[in-house]
Amino acid sequence: MAAREGVFGWVYISPLMLVLVPFFVAPLLVVIAASFLQSDGFGGIIVNPTLQNYVDIFSSGLTFNLYLETVKFTILTWLFALIIGFWVAYFLVFHVRSPLLAIGLFLLCTVPFWTSNIIRMISWIPLLGKEGLINMSLIRLGIVHEPLEFLLFSSFSVVVAYVHQLTIFMIVPIFNAMARIDKRVVEAALDAGASRFEIMWLIVLPLSKNGIALGSIFVVSIVMGDFFVIKVMSGGGSASVVGALYEDVGVLQYPSAAASAVVLTIVVTMLITAILRTVDVRKELTR
Amino acid sequence: MTATEQPIKPGAVSKAMVAHAIAPRASGRPWTFYALATVFVFYVLALYGPMICIYILSFQDVRGGLVFPMKGFSLHWFVDLFTQVRTGDVKGAFDRSVKLAVIVTTITVVVSFVAGLAFRRRFRGDSIVFYLMIGSLVAPGLVLSIGVGLLMNLIGIEGRWYTSAVGAQLSWTLPFGVLVMFAVMSRFDRAWEEAAYDLGATRWQAIRLVVIPILAPGIVAVALFGFTLSYDEFARTLQTAGSLNTLPLEIWSMTLNVTSPSLYALGTVTTIISFVIIAVCLGSIALIQKRRASRVPAY
Repeated sequence: MAAREGVFGWVYISPLMLVLVPFFVAPLLVVIAASFLQSDGFGGIIVNPTLQNYVDIFSSGLTFNLYLETVKFTILTWLFALIIGFWVAYFLVFHVRSPLLAIGLFLLCTVPFWTSNIIRMISWIPLLGKEGLINMSLIRLGIVHEPLEFLLFSSFSVVVAYVHQLTIFMIVPIFNAMARIDKRVVEAALDAGASRFEIMWLIVLPLSKNGIALGSIFVVSIVMGDFFVIKVMSGGGSASVVGALYEDVGVLQYPSAAASAVVLTIVVTMLITAILRTVDVRKELTR
Repeated sequence: MTATEQPIKPGAVSKAMVAHAIAPRASGRPWTFYALATVFVFYVLALYGPMICIYILSFQDVRGGLVFPMKGFSLHWFVDLFTQVRTGDVKGAFDRSVKLAVIVTTITVVVSFVAGLAFRRRFRGDSIVFYLMIGSLVAPGLVLSIGVGLLMNLIGIEGRWYTSAVGAQLSWTLPFGVLVMFAVMSRFDRAWEEAAYDLGATRWQAIRLVVIPILAPGIVAVALFGFTLSYDEFARTLQTAGSLNTLPLEIWSMTLNVTSPSLYALGTVTTIISFVIIAVCLGSIALIQKRRASRVPAY
């Protein structure tokens, strides 16, 4: 019976594998292979094994700066998304008394997720711009005399756009984790004389850990892999790992692009593995 | 009725009671409620405010600019969007994006449903498939995009939005779909399916007559995921769509070239489509639930 179930498992899983093998495994292998080859300078690839692409990456001071910049944005986005996402989820689960209202407010948070990310990013321009709503209001109120330049096309606006897009990825898993906390545990802690801080620190936080980890995986992998938001919202002022990679593709330097893609994939995998070590994501998702 | 008069049922602790008990005060709400309610209101304002601004700004007349104040009121930029050469082939891009999303959604729903059935119990190698899926989900989109592009070159097939782009998008929508399926199926009681087998149902009958009707709302949710993720996909489509743009690619090139409210008009139009999709999906979930509720007394 067990063997038969195993066979059925693979029959059911085969359509999924028919997509993942040609469109995830094979492309990844092709990228890895290309990273050890040479470019002919015209978009072609010469089959001539070399480590030169990797030597170029690791001997360039630029690489380090690119990663530093990208990691900076990743950490900032993660931090703000976590703080906002955690408190929004906590508010919905523990403070909104009517379950129906909580679900309604939760849906209110998720609706923008179903609309275009690019449009949501662009929508900050009329607000943050030099003649934007925020600057105009500040000038009219007499708080500042010159428009604040740092609001748009800066690191600030990049982080704003990321947090705007990605906080939802924190809210949903943390909300799920918190909603599963047995309210009787909180009740018991209260009866035993726990303070509210102790309830937060010893019950809510540990039991939300899996949700936080899951949200962090999404936020970290999306920001590390992005070049779109950073390019538009920094006004070209900030570079990113994937942005540089895309420029290589633009000038048809596929092997060197492939090599930076491999390095990036290894870095992202290491980050995700580090997060996965703290929780059993599969258990979290399938239970 | 005050709290002391309420009969306390053993074991039945409502959420409201806990929220109350966390800090009983004269007003009934701890100070953190007000603090967090403020945080929540600001979050929702920041979430919707900017979007609403560009919808408003897209209705300016010909003098309109990219920032407030609003100059006039007309549909000029919507007409401009679909008639000007400068803004590119927006109509064609729309058309392709919707068709692509429909193809991707259909495959995503079917494949993730079947994969979800498999994952209900452990099978040999299931962890490999699981981590492959997570890998496909978190891999940088552009890396996969380049890989698929190179692979197509290698085989000698020209990439098209309806071939390579479909596959590249599926590598992103399918893991998502399967993960949502996990959540949907964790609420499914296997006893119902086993009852069908006991009554002599075949495997296919049990799935068609028992599993699918019960999971229908969840399957609609997977479709909603599939459609939106595909309709909005950018990085994976970039190197795989071939010579014709999808909508997000079109918007991307517009952000670099077009500095008129046309861009906002496009934002308004694509958001309307998104909202129609959300409404259709939520509406059909509600309909399924309603029909189910009305059927109960018959038994």
